[in-house]
Amino acid sequence: MRSQEANSSLLNRVSELPWGRWYRQTLAILRLELKRNLFSTRAIPIYLLAVAPVLLFGVRVLVPLPERVVNNLGASSVAYAIMYRSFFLRFAVFFGCVGIFMNLFRGELLEKSLHYYFLAPLRREVLVIGKYLSGLVIAAILFGGSTVLSYLLLYAPSGVTSAREYLLMGPGLAHLGAYLGVTVLACLGYGSVFLAMGLFFRNPIIPAVVILGWESINFLLPPMLKKISVIYYLESLCPVPVPQGSVTILADPAPAWIGVPGLLCVTAIVLVIASLLIRRLEITYSNVE
Amino acid sequence: MHQGDGQRIIFDNVSKFYGEVLGINRVNLSIPPGITSLVGPNASGKTTILNLMTGLIRPTRGQIRVLGIPPDRPEELFHKVGYCTQYDSFPKGLTGYQFLYSFLRVHGHDGVQAEQLTCTALERVKMLDAAGRRVAGYSKGMRQRIKLAQAICHLPSVLILDEPLNGLDPMARSEMITLFQELGKAGLHIIVSSHILHEVDMISDRVILLNHGYVVAEGDIQGVRSEMEEHPMQILVRCSKPAHLASRIFHQDHVVEVKLHDDGQGLFVRTRSADRFYLLLNEVVVQDDLVIEAVAPADEDVRSVYEYLIGTDGGTR
Repeated sequence: MRSQEANSSLLNRVSELPWGRWYRQTLAILRLELKRNLFSTRAIPIYLLAVAPVLLFGVRVLVPLPERVVNNLGASSVAYAIMYRSFFLRFAVFFGCVGIFMNLFRGELLEKSLHYYFLAPLRREVLVIGKYLSGLVIAAILFGGSTVLSYLLLYAPSGVTSAREYLLMGPGLAHLGAYLGVTVLACLGYGSVFLAMGLFFRNPIIPAVVILGWESINFLLPPMLKKISVIYYLESLCPVPVPQGSVTILADPAPAWIGVPGLLCVTAIVLVIASLLIRRLEITYSNVE
Repeated sequence: MHQGDGQRIIFDNVSKFYGEVLGINRVNLSIPPGITSLVGPNASGKTTILNLMTGLIRPTRGQIRVLGIPPDRPEELFHKVGYCTQYDSFPKGLTGYQFLYSFLRVHGHDGVQAEQLTCTALERVKMLDAAGRRVAGYSKGMRQRIKLAQAICHLPSVLILDEPLNGLDPMARSEMITLFQELGKAGLHIIVSSHILHEVDMISDRVILLNHGYVVAEGDIQGVRSEMEEHPMQILVRCSKPAHLASRIFHQDHVVEVKLHDDGQGLFVRTRSADRFYLLLNEVVVQDDLVIEAVAPADEDVRSVYEYLIGTDGGTR
């Protein structure tokens, strides 16, 4: 009886929170950040990273290839998987997220403009969520778009008919969906980590390089240590397996029911920590130069 | 909490240290509604007080309440408070209009309300014509005005201004001062910081004088002047007959304290009127054949701050 009362009082308190205002404020931050960051000169290196695989497969469309290569859709699929894992996930999305998410707070501290948010009637937790969502939308548009375009370009040389058959009647569309999902999950996971780093490290590039190093040597790590990385779960979710090198230490891929919720949980935990710590952030600006 | 504290800005024994560097120390303030000026030289603690008031930094010790609200609750505080900081920086890529409008949306206003409030604030600071231009292209005076518009656009009851006249030409200064007076008349609780006393004393109901992180004097402008003028000054005199000098000056009403130096070759005098003391000293030297080795102010600090603040031309004295 007592626990029922406690539950209902907790529910009442939660429902009395100003969710409507927080929602409006989150949307306002999202709009403002998109206006400032999506089409800015600072984003040019990130556009280049996103457009690189599209250019690569675009060139493949223009350069005449032998028919046996063009018609071997299975081999094309493996080629895409190798490019996706070794370049797109490990390099383009990783550095893209470094550029987008680290600058959400660190960039404003360097430009001395973060105080405008801190001087609004805004819970700092809402600011973290608003900024994170803006980064996520930007990263998802750029890298999700790149994933879709590069995948479609991969099958363009085979001709419209066989490409359509592969995509709609074969495994193509399911693979594309899986790659798109992995790209968005990568942006979610790396994004939260780099947002938190941008908040709390004076020079976040150093921890970013450490993470890059850890993620890069993931294939050499014993199975237990592999699991303490984002790339392990992302690669486990990729739809097409790739041949492993002779030095690779093999480990069973994580099943999707662990990989997806696991990455979402890590993201949520990192955002909660960032939200708690931002309440203690002081604006002095002198210590960020 | 005392009755009426909900209408005041209260600092209760507040200290702030930046690592080992002192920002302010043991500051106690109770600021009533009206226009209050924080005056002090550079690095005296003015910005620290304003940043503490608005929660941009946290106190090392002590408690702060702004109209009864602690500064670590921005979601309540900034419905009532607007702060025009001295940072001359803005979010990149925005026009003056977008700058105001976007942050009003962040405050939680809907589109129509935000539009109305933006236009009202722009009109108030006479920036309607330039509102469509990017802030990055504004002159210093225009940037100050757009910052002020941003601080007042949500109709706060407390307006905090950190060195708002810095870098402005005389015309722009005069316009800003008129604007502050208008806002003050409109019933706002205004806190304005400056390192030049005579710049703000005309518009202030109350002045708080700061130096090296301490409140040196506070009250209405006349009170602060007399407090400063009456502040006892310590003077070291090294002379041939210090005990005799002490006996000659001890009965003077402006002399607060006389203390012999440890080596017996001089004395410390605390006086409320340095001018009268020097006149008397001349008299004693002539009449009693005293040999003076040195005369030096032993604590010029407070007076020198005051002299600095009022300017060499006497300011509004």
